Amino acid sequence: MIEAIGLVKLYGMHAALRGVTLEVPAGQVLTILGHNGSGKTTLVRLLATLVRPTAGHGRIAGHDLVDGRDEVRRLVAVVGHSTHLYDDLTARENLAFAEALAGRRADAARIDAALARVGLDGQAGIRVCALSSGLRRRVALARAMLREPRVLLLDEAFSGLDPEGTKRLEDYLHAFKAGGGAAVVVTHSLGRALAVADRVAILAAGRIAAEATRGSLTEEALQRLYLGTTDATA
Amino acid sequence: MSPFLRTAWAVFRKDIAVERRAKEGANALGFFALLLLFLFYFALGPDGDRIRAALPGLFWLAFILAGVLGLGRAFALEQENDCLDGLILAPADKGAIYLGKLAGTTALMLGMEVAFITATGIFYNLDIWAAVPRLLLVALAGTVGFAAVGTLFAAMTAHLRAREVLLPVLLLPLAVPVLLAAVKLTDLALAGEGWGPAWPWWQLLLGFDVVFLVAGLLTFEFVLEA
Repeated sequence: MIEAIGLVKLYGMHAALRGVTLEVPAGQVLTILGHNGSGKTTLVRLLATLVRPTAGHGRIAGHDLVDGRDEVRRLVAVVGHSTHLYDDLTARENLAFAEALAGRRADAARIDAALARVGLDGQAGIRVCALSSGLRRRVALARAMLREPRVLLLDEAFSGLDPEGTKRLEDYLHAFKAGGGAAVVVTHSLGRALAVADRVAILAAGRIAAEATRGSLTEEALQRLYLGTTDATA
Repeated sequence: MSPFLRTAWAVFRKDIAVERRAKEGANALGFFALLLLFLFYFALGPDGDRIRAALPGLFWLAFILAGVLGLGRAFALEQENDCLDGLILAPADKGAIYLGKLAGTTALMLGMEVAFITATGIFYNLDIWAAVPRLLLVALAGTVGFAAVGTLFAAMTAHLRAREVLLPVLLLPLAVPVLLAAVKLTDLALAGEGWGPAWPWWQLLLGFDVVFLVAGLLTFEFVLEA
């Protein structure tokens, strides 16, 4: 479902990605770990079609990231560092606007159901600027759920979430996988990585430095792998 | 309603709702308009003929500055929380997003223009009311042309650090034909001239409106994705 072959991204002389190759089949979650500046966000932005690769190519459900970006955008939902929410609109209005941009009529029942799914049924009419950062992230997650995407790209989506919000996101990811979706989840939390992943990749200096299947991987083993990889490339 | 118009309508409604609630732009514009009226009164004195002669320039000076402020703000809003990325990622026709942003800016500018024309008539005690319908037509046509090219440049400079400086530098020279025609048509409307002498200026203004609008619709996607 998600394929990347030799993705390179240069910003001037700086190489953010130096040839990333990965594949995430339908029904799987790939978690990406890596220290700050290792290229995780650039990778997500490339897969989301927000930036174009300098070299290499990628496909989402068979659609090229560059030539087929309109099709890719219909299939993908992104929750990144920024929420893409308008502070002066309510949570419900933000979701209705996203629905309109996706070419769908804003169905109040669907929107309220998505907000209820992230635990915001009582706060749908509150302006986003009055919500805490964790609740804003939940609104962004509700917007992603509402899209019913086939591919989910989460960049630090767990950060700022309380345990209840984290549990709801984990539950959603498990249901999403079961429904045949594919996801790339970027996180700094080894525990979260193991909780949702089928495979874990460690990105260091713009390359996939290590990859492991979830299997019986423990948090300690993952920590050793992570530290070993990042220390070696530091 | 077609999906294209539905998207444009959604963007327009969103921009108006955000502006109505935030009120920052309206407050700044209101204060600026009052200041302009006071300054021109002190510069020109109470002579009604002198004021009337300066009115086309006064009107369009206020409208241009309101427009530059409004355009900058329309895309500054999209920079908060990286909403511009959200627009890029939306599986929507980017031309429709352009049309919605343009309509939002035009509506906000027109609101300010109606208030400014009214305030000018009252504050300077001028009998301009018979010319108001034609003034509003000129304001609409001039504002559409100005906002059409302005929306494109505001999107182009949205990511830049020096956007507040660059937007007027890029926009104003290109908007000169629209502004010249609009000032001349305002003058003719205030003078109560017939439609005959105004026709060539209308042709120029509407011609540029169409050119800027079509160029914006066709190129906004490339500007947004650049």
